[in-house]
This record gives sequence, C-alpha cells and structure tokens, in this order.
Amino acid sequence: MPPSPAQRFPLGSLIVIAAVLGGSAAAFAYTAGWLSPERLSRERVLAGLSPPGGPAPGRRRNHVRGICFTGSFEANGAGAALSRARVLAAGSYPVIGRFNLSGADLAEPDAKARVRGLSLRIAAPDGSEWRTAMITAPVFPVATPEAFYALLQASASREPGAMAGFAAAHPEIAAFGAWARSAPWTGSYAEERYNGLNAFIFTDASGGEHVVRWSMRPEAQPVPVPPEQLAGRAPDFLDEEVKARLAAGPLRWTMEVMVAEPGDPVADPSKAWPEGRRRIDVGTLTVQAIQAEPDGPCRDINYDPTVLPEGMRVSADPFPAARSSAYALSYERRAAEAAQYPRTAAGGRP
Amino acid sequence: MSGARFSPLQRLLHWAMAVCILAMLFIGVGMVSTISARTLPLVSIHKPLGIAILVLALLRLGLRLRRGAPPLPADLPEPMRLAAHLSHIVLYALMIAMPLLGWAMLSAEGYPIQLSPGLRLPPILPQDTGLYALLRQAHGLLGYAFFAVILAHLGAALFHGLVRRDGVFGAMAPVPDRALN
Repeated sequence: MPPSPAQRFPLGSLIVIAAVLGGSAAAFAYTAGWLSPERLSRERVLAGLSPPGGPAPGRRRNHVRGICFTGSFEANGAGAALSRARVLAAGSYPVIGRFNLSGADLAEPDAKARVRGLSLRIAAPDGSEWRTAMITAPVFPVATPEAFYALLQASASREPGAMAGFAAAHPEIAAFGAWARSAPWTGSYAEERYNGLNAFIFTDASGGEHVVRWSMRPEAQPVPVPPEQLAGRAPDFLDEEVKARLAAGPLRWTMEVMVAEPGDPVADPSKAWPEGRRRIDVGTLTVQAIQAEPDGPCRDINYDPTVLPEGMRVSADPFPAARSSAYALSYERRAAEAAQYPRTAAGGRP
Repeated sequence: MSGARFSPLQRLLHWAMAVCILAMLFIGVGMVSTISARTLPLVSIHKPLGIAILVLALLRLGLRLRRGAPPLPADLPEPMRLAAHLSHIVLYALMIAMPLLGWAMLSAEGYPIQLSPGLRLPPILPQDTGLYALLRQAHGLLGYAFFAVILAHLGAALFHGLVRRDGVFGAMAPVPDRALN
C-alpha cells in the first residue's frame, strides 16, 4: 500500500530501523575489538616487540636477523608410529629454512643474541607442509601469550624494578633465566640444539593421538665459547661461520620427537617435560646451501607454526595460535614494505 | 505493487547467504582482533565458508540473470531506484570478489589454502609478496565496505517494509507477511 499523504511521521518505525542498524554496527565493532582496547591484539604484540627506533621496514618483526638455507629432511619412517603425516613417512622432502636470532633490532651484533632460532618449511609431495620455528632455549620464558606481552613491556620499561616485579609475578621465568645464565654459548648455528617448545597433537594411522614436542639435535659437537670472546668477532660472524662450515660439507641435525605422558604440562611451554619421556628420532635435516636473506627463498615465507600436515594439529598450548596471529600481521606489514628491503642480486627472484 | 516475489529458490539462497555472509564478516573481523586460541577455529571456518559463499553466489547470480527480480514499485523515487540497482550490483560483486581475493591473497603469500584437514585448494596466483600486500589490503578494506553496504541494504529493506510498506520487503521475505506488504 503506498503511503498516504495523511500518514503521520513514522517515528516508531525509524527508531526501530536505527536501533537495528546501530545494534548491528555496535556488535561488529565489538567483535573487531574496537570497543575493547584492553584486548591483546596482534597490533599490541607487534608494538611490544618493536625496538625503540621502530621496526626495520620490510623485515620480520622479531627474529629480524637471519639467513636462508635449502636442504632436505630425510624421514626414517619411525615417526609414522606417532603421526600419519606424509612428511614422516620414510622419504626425502625438500626444506627451505632460516637460521635466525631473537630480537627485532637489526643493528644488534650476533654476539648479543642469547636465543638463536631455526625455522623450517618441509614440503611433502601431496602438497602438505610442515612449518616450524624452533629456538635454542630448552623452555619458553613464560607460560602464556599474555605473560609474554607483559614480559615485553617489563623488559622495555625504564622503571627500576620492572623486571624484578615481572619475575616475581611470573616465577616460571626462572627456568629460562637459569638456562640463559648458565648454558654455554657456541660460535656456530650448526652446533646448536633447537627446540620446538610448543606441544602439538600427532594422530597415527589408527587414529591414536600423541601429544608431542620436537627438537633438532646437531650432528656437530658444540664447542663452548665465552661470550666475551664472541663479542670480539664480526657483528655477523654467525652468518659467515655457517657459510664457511657449509663449504666443507652439509650440516645435519636429527629430529627428535618427545611424547608426553598423562599429566605432563602440555599447555605450558615454560615447563620441561620430565626426564625419561619416550623420544623417537624421526629423521635427519640436511642443510645443503646457504642464501643471503634479501634474495633467499626463506625471505617471503611466514614460518607460521600452525601450518601443519594432516596428522598433526595444535594442542591446548596457546602459543601456536598467538604466534600464528602475530606472524600474520608481521608478514602483512613487511610485505607492504618490501620495497624498503631491496633485493641485492640482479635477477633475484621477483 | 504487483505482489510479485522472488522465486522460492532465490529467497532460500538470499537468506541462507545472508546468514553465511554476516557470520563470515564477523568471523573475519574477529579472527584478526586477538591472538587468543579462538583465532584458529575461526580461521578454519573462514576459508571453507568463503568458498561456499563463492559457489552459492555464482549460482545465485545465474538465477538472477535468468529469472530476474520483481519490478520495483512504480512510485519509487528515482534516486532510491538507482540506489537499489547499484547496491545490488555492489553486493553481487563483493560476494564473488571477497572469496576470490582471499584465495588469491593466500596464493600470493605461498600459504597452503586448507579448507579442511584433507582438502587443499590449488593456488590461483604465483607467490608474489607485492601482490600479496595489495590483495591483503583489498580483502580487509572491502570487508568493511561489505558490512557497510549490508547495513545500508538492511536499512533500506526495513524502510520498505516498515515505512513505505510498498511490497519490496515482501518480495524477498522468507514467508509472505501481509503486515509487511
């Protein structure tokens, strides 16, 4: 029925319409977090990671310094007892990896980075991928992503006692602190053991589930070097060392998968699992070639730890989700700034 | 108003997709708002739901082109008529473009496009970071635009149904409702 000129102003209807639209917009804004600045967003985490001078444009927002490598992962087949993932069936799978150092400050010399990292993308012929980013620490400093954010804030704080206050509130950091103080430093990426730290669930061919963590055990014998001595080396001595070492032959690690038992702290990477847990060597990583990052194949890979093949999935450990979120925003930002991180080789991959 | 309505299949698709698309936009904006463990299930719904919307949108576009739409009321002012036509074109464009942008963006990132544990889509673009940056930005901005256009669409529908009572709302209403015709 067309509106009659005599009809009175439809105030009630207009209020209903405004309420529906306003309510929808408010629900959307709430979901987006625009009404909850206290929500721990990806943006806040990246701001927390940022060095005082701002992030290095075009590069990763943490573990900013690194070098690419290519190689292969030879699965020995023993991992099939834990997971039906194609990459754990006996065979050889190509790897694009990255040796890296913790921290977001591009100017920091290699000798200062207490934590070193190893990232891998292992590709299976069925198109599935296993991405993982491991570090040399045997435990993570804190138990939750929220505590990690608080740690970033405390360590950036100029207030005296900020770190002491943090440590008092988060006693779990003591295990990491003990490692950082006492573990020997080495002069090579190749001599390090790298630990996945986060727990994942492996599903075997018969549907059995196993909660696991993994590590890479170096073939090279670690040679302790006092940090004062490392401080006297070139700022990028780790890159140069690994290139020189590789010239003499491939570098190898054994991948070791540790299986949790009921009651183990699977959701808390700041706690090691008890000694004596079943450990299975599932294969060997062989690093065959090194490439500088600006032109290297690892440059544009997001080592998102939630990219997993079928037969592996995340567990109650909250970190892979948090890392995935933060890495995605890091990737978005560095992709948008790619021009500020120029490739060096003419004919480098576009 | 003739009382002509969209066909039952068109109405079914409209309301099913309305639910999917609204869910999709809320999931999309919610999954990038936090680093909590909720993000992973949201992301794993976002991808297959997006592809489902793409398939439904193409089906619906075919139906719309074949069956058309009931005529707008003869007394509808020209600006509203124009807005109705334009908004429908924009809605169809976004229903089809958004999933394709998401798919293309993950392709350009070189990120596996996992719809379910055993089902991956092939990339539709080569890996290219510059392209990824553009597509990612477009996907996010057009998502906000999509929600804004849906709000306008919803407001217009309610205006037709509650204020003008000209049969336009009834043409797409899930069930005939004399009160809104």
